[in-house]
Amino acid sequence: MSVHMVEARGVEKRIRQLDILKGIDFHVDRGEVVSLIGPSGSGKSTFLRCINHLTKISAGYLAVDGEAVGYRREGNKLYELSDAEIAINRASIGMVFQRFNLFGHMTALQNIIEGPVQVKREPAAQARERARQLLDRVGLAEKEGAYPSELSGGQQQRVAIARALAMQPKLMLFDEPTSALDPELVGEVLDVMKGLAADGMTMIVVTHEMGFAREICDRVAFMDDGRMVEVGPPAEVFGNPQSERARAFFARIL
Amino acid sequence: MQTDPAKDVEGRSGASPGVPADAPSTAEHLEVVPRRSAWRFLPPLIVILIALQILESIVFNPRFEWALVGSYLFSPVILSGLAMTLGLTVLCMVTGVVLGVVLAVMLRSNLWIVSGFAKIYIWFFRGTPILVQLIFWYNLAALFPDLSVGIPFGPRFFGIDTNVLVTPFVAAFLGLSLNEGAYMAEIVRAGISSVDSGQEEAARSIGMTHLRAMLRIVLPQAMPFIIPPTGNETIGMLKMTSLVSVIALSDLLYSAQAIYSRNFQVIPLLLVCCCWYLFMTSVLTVIQGRIERHYSRGRHGGGPVGGGH
Repeated sequence: MSVHMVEARGVEKRIRQLDILKGIDFHVDRGEVVSLIGPSGSGKSTFLRCINHLTKISAGYLAVDGEAVGYRREGNKLYELSDAEIAINRASIGMVFQRFNLFGHMTALQNIIEGPVQVKREPAAQARERARQLLDRVGLAEKEGAYPSELSGGQQQRVAIARALAMQPKLMLFDEPTSALDPELVGEVLDVMKGLAADGMTMIVVTHEMGFAREICDRVAFMDDGRMVEVGPPAEVFGNPQSERARAFFARIL
Repeated sequence: MQTDPAKDVEGRSGASPGVPADAPSTAEHLEVVPRRSAWRFLPPLIVILIALQILESIVFNPRFEWALVGSYLFSPVILSGLAMTLGLTVLCMVTGVVLGVVLAVMLRSNLWIVSGFAKIYIWFFRGTPILVQLIFWYNLAALFPDLSVGIPFGPRFFGIDTNVLVTPFVAAFLGLSLNEGAYMAEIVRAGISSVDSGQEEAARSIGMTHLRAMLRIVLPQAMPFIIPPTGNETIGMLKMTSLVSVIALSDLLYSAQAIYSRNFQVIPLLLVCCCWYLFMTSVLTVIQGRIERHYSRGRHGGGPVGGGH
């Protein structure tokens, strides 16, 4: 199949008078791991949030797995979907947030089964079974009864990844997953993400971890001022940046 | 790997008091003597004098007619008034809470006409005195002699005489619960906005609709912020129901008034009311304290998730 997992054509986002995204043309293939890098305020997170419609785009075309995000295409018209229809589409896209956003009133296990049981209507026993496997996979098998406030940042983020995986997504979005973590906890989260990448998950990662981008990602996209300035394999983008802005950015952070 | 050095440090510092050579031997025999003011007996003395004065002027004052108070305390008329007060409190609080949740959710709506309606509702009911509202509802028939259901400016389907529908009880119920809804809306809104917005985003990212995210994720975590002020509102409502005596609904106060308008024992009957109100608010205060302790102890939700920030 030649359908891209994510396809963006001329995606723009305007908030009041401010242009956040100024025409993004981009695609991600099945099984690809792509990281979005760039200075803060460059629109990386906004673009990521557009992909699962947490943020609405102002213009352009954005599709996941061949289906327009938030709209239904019939001929040349895009019909806006209802809240319930958008929710169904979101269920197949996992998202991991910078601030974890685990449900504070639920244990780790309850956090993970909430989506499968409430949204997908899976039997609770089956959901619990899979949740335990997922907790084991992220190395937290013994923490199923712990509340988020009893877990470290790294543990919370790993539970958050398990919660997203429980919906059996075809695409995982990571919004600066390690930025809110103490330095010594970054590694455990990156390890889980590396495992996911090795299993063939399609992943888009907004990150400041250049080591992760260089080592794991198939491609790196450098964004600046609402545009995608450079896209390519990490060796090319890091080793031989074409644009002045990318060179200046790497000079500052590497 | 982290715990081992930590234990080591604790172990060493824990061992040091046990080493006799390190500790100055005289330190154990020094006694701390608190400073004692010669005037320290004065404040309690004043308080006791005032208390005795109050005791003499109230409890041993024959004009308070405590014997009469005792005889009316459990009279059938008073007790039925008490039942009305309690029933009205419960009914109006339940309706008020439901209204408050609905209005708070409306306030957060993206549709300006929906949030605008809620804002105007709250503005009106918080901006006019409850006593005026009660009298207003009581006199609704003067404004709308017939109430009917139909299409605005169009046909009417059925109607009813307002005086038949709006009894004093209905007027009291409408006035108190509509007013309470406005106050509860503000409490619920504040509770919802104290839950981190990331919670709703996370809920939607796993495929929840707006409504399900609100019911399953946001509202449960807003509860610790909503319940304590709701307890206050309940206590306030209990006392506020005494206002319905002006529209001739036989609550506790009105029942007392009905008795003293015949026998002129105004003060003893007002004291009967006070005793009952104090008793009921005391019970509610104890319950409220229990609930608040429950939420401050077993609180897993509430504050921003992600300790260490």
